Amino acid sequence: MKERWTKISETAAEKQERQFEAWLSAENVSFVNSEAEIRYKERVTLFKDAIQMKKTPRRIPVVPSLGSFPIEYAGISWYDALYDYEKLAHAWEKYQEDFDPDGSHTPRTMPPGKALEMLGFHLYRWAGGGGLRNDQEYQFAEAEYMKGDEYLDLIDDPTGFFLKTYFPRIFGELGALQKMPSMPPIHEIPMVPAGLLPFGMDDVKSTFAKLSLAGDEAHKWLAAVNGVGATIMGKGCPSFSAGFSKAPFDVIGDSLRGTKGVLMDMFHHPEELCEACERLTPFMIKCGVAACRASGHIMPFIPLHKGADTFMSNDQFNTFYWPTLKKVIIGLINEGIVPQLFAEGSYNNRLELIEDLPKGKVVWWFDTTDMTRAKKTVGRNNCIAGNVPLDILCAGTPDDVENYCRTLIDTAGKDGGFILSSGAGVQGSKPENVKAMIDFSKAYGVYK
Amino acid sequence: MFDELVDAMTQMRDAEALEITQTLLDGNADPVRILNVCSEAMEAVGKKFEAGVYFLPELMMAGEMLKQISEKVKPMLKGQSEKKTAGKVLIGTVRGDIHDIGKDIVSFLLEVNGFDVRDIGIDVAPDKFVEEIKSFKPQVVGLSGLLTLAYDSMKDTVQAITEAGLRDSLKIIIGGGQMSDKIREFTGADACAKDAIDGINLVKEWI
Repeated sequence: MKERWTKISETAAEKQERQFEAWLSAENVSFVNSEAEIRYKERVTLFKDAIQMKKTPRRIPVVPSLGSFPIEYAGISWYDALYDYEKLAHAWEKYQEDFDPDGSHTPRTMPPGKALEMLGFHLYRWAGGGGLRNDQEYQFAEAEYMKGDEYLDLIDDPTGFFLKTYFPRIFGELGALQKMPSMPPIHEIPMVPAGLLPFGMDDVKSTFAKLSLAGDEAHKWLAAVNGVGATIMGKGCPSFSAGFSKAPFDVIGDSLRGTKGVLMDMFHHPEELCEACERLTPFMIKCGVAACRASGHIMPFIPLHKGADTFMSNDQFNTFYWPTLKKVIIGLINEGIVPQLFAEGSYNNRLELIEDLPKGKVVWWFDTTDMTRAKKTVGRNNCIAGNVPLDILCAGTPDDVENYCRTLIDTAGKDGGFILSSGAGVQGSKPENVKAMIDFSKAYGVYK
Repeated sequence: MFDELVDAMTQMRDAEALEITQTLLDGNADPVRILNVCSEAMEAVGKKFEAGVYFLPELMMAGEMLKQISEKVKPMLKGQSEKKTAGKVLIGTVRGDIHDIGKDIVSFLLEVNGFDVRDIGIDVAPDKFVEEIKSFKPQVVGLSGLLTLAYDSMKDTVQAITEAGLRDSLKIIIGGGQMSDKIREFTGADACAKDAIDGINLVKEWI
C-alpha cells in the first residue's frame, strides 16, 4: 500500500480556504445584533490572516489558554463546575463578558462528573465522586494501563484493544466489555449468533444500561455547554478551537503505558512502539477532521506532552515522536484543517526539526520555548502563538505582564503570523493580570 | 569485566549489564566493588545528561539497571558495610496537587545515588510536612507540584516549616513543570530545580 500522509496534497490549500469560509460564514450562529456579527467576523479574519501569513492582520489576536480559570474567577467550586451544568455555563459566560478575549472556549473540557461516576472512571481524579476535595481541579492518575507485552494486541486491533482491554481497566463499571466479540469475524451467517451471545448476558446488558444512562447525562451537560457556546459566539466572539487530537506517541505515553513505561519502551520495545504509533495515526487524523467538519471550525486543539526538550533527545524525537505526529499534521492539512499544536514545556531543541511544514498551514503554540528563536525558525513559515508565562500571571503584577507582552509583540509579533496567548492554562492567575494581558496586547498589538 | 559492566550500563544494554553482574557474583567478585562500579556508571550517565547527550529515557534505564543490580548484589554483602548514606531527603507533592511522576523520578534517582529518601506522597498538607520533618530530620526537603495551585501550597509549606522553627536546619527545593526562579522567590524556597538531575546535583552540593 502506498504510504499515506507523507506529502501535502494538491487540494489542501483549496480545502483550507473552504474551511475558513465555513468558519467565517458563521452559518449556525445567531448574532444578538449586527455589531456582534461584524465583531465576530473581524476576529475570525484576524486569526485567518495570522495563520495563513498571506498578509499582516490588522492587529494581533489575543486569547489566553483558559484552563479552569473561569471556575475560580466565578467563585464556584470544582464540585459545582462538574455537577451543576448551569453554574458551569454561567462561569464561562461571566469570564467572557468580563475579559473579552478574541477567541472563546466552551466549558467542554469540564466533563459531567455524574456520567464519569456512573462509569467508575478512574483515569482521572475529580471533586465529588472522583475522590478529590471540592477545591481541587481534576487531575490525571497516571499508571501502566497497558502492559509492555501487549503492544501486539494494540497493533492488531486498536479499537478492539480499547474496547475490550483498556476501557475495563479505566472504567470500573465496564468490566463486561471484555466479553465483546471481535468484529471482523462476524461476516457470514454462521458467525452472527455467536456474535450476539455476549449481548444476551446479564452483566453485558447491565453495562449497556449504565452506558445509556451516562449517555443521557452527557446530553444534559452538552445542552448547557453548547448553550453557553452559542451565547458567547452570538455576542461576537468566535471559538478558538474545535475538537481535539493528539500525537500518537502521547496517546501511548500518557494514557496507556505511562511516562516511565513509554520511555523505557524506546529500549525494550522500539519497533512495537513505532508500529503502535503508526496504527493510531489514522484515528488521530479522523477525530480532528470530524470535530471540525461538525462544527464548521478549522482548528482542533492538539496538546503535545512527551516530545518536549527534557523528555527525549532529538534522535529519539525523530525516531519515536515526530514521524507519526507529522503524519497527523499532514493528514489534517490535507483535509483543510489547521492543527493547533500546543507544545507544552520547552521546544528549544526541536525548532529546527519541526520547521519543515508548508507555509500558513498550522499554529505552533509554545509554552516556555524561546519565542525570539521560534520566530526566526518555525515562525518564518507558520503562525506561532504564546507564551505569557504562568509564573508572571500568578505571582507578578500587571506591569510585569505588560512588559512581557510588549517584548513578545515586538519580537514574536513582528509582521504578523502571531497569536498572543499564555504559555499554559491561566488557572491560578490574578484576574488583573489576565485582564492586563488581554487589554494591553489588543491595544499595543495593532499593526501600523 | 568491571569495565564491561560500566560500558553496558552507560550504553543502555540492560540485559547484558545484569548478565555481567551475575557472572561477577558467580566468580566471587567483591560485591562492594560491583556497587562502586555501578556508581561510576551512574555518574557517567549523569554527565551525559548534563551535556545534553542523554535525556530522561536513559536516566530511567540507568536507574532501573542500578536498582536491579543492587537487588542481586546486596544479599552478598555478608556484613560488609554498605556505602554510608549520602544524606536524608524528604520529598512530597504539595497540597492540592496529586501528580506523582516528577516526584517519583526524583525520589528514585536520589535513592540510586545513595540518599535516604522519605517520600510522603501526594496532596501533602503543610502540617504533614512539618510533622514528617520532625520525625525524619532531613537535610533537604523537596516540594513537588505540576499545577499552578502548587505555588500557594508551596509558599504555605515553606511558611509552616519556618513557623515550626525548622527552616534553618534544612534546605528547601521546589520542582515541577511550571516552577521557575520567580516562583522560588514567591515561595521562599532555597532553589528551583529545572530537571531531575539539576535537583540531584543541588542536593549533592548541599549535603
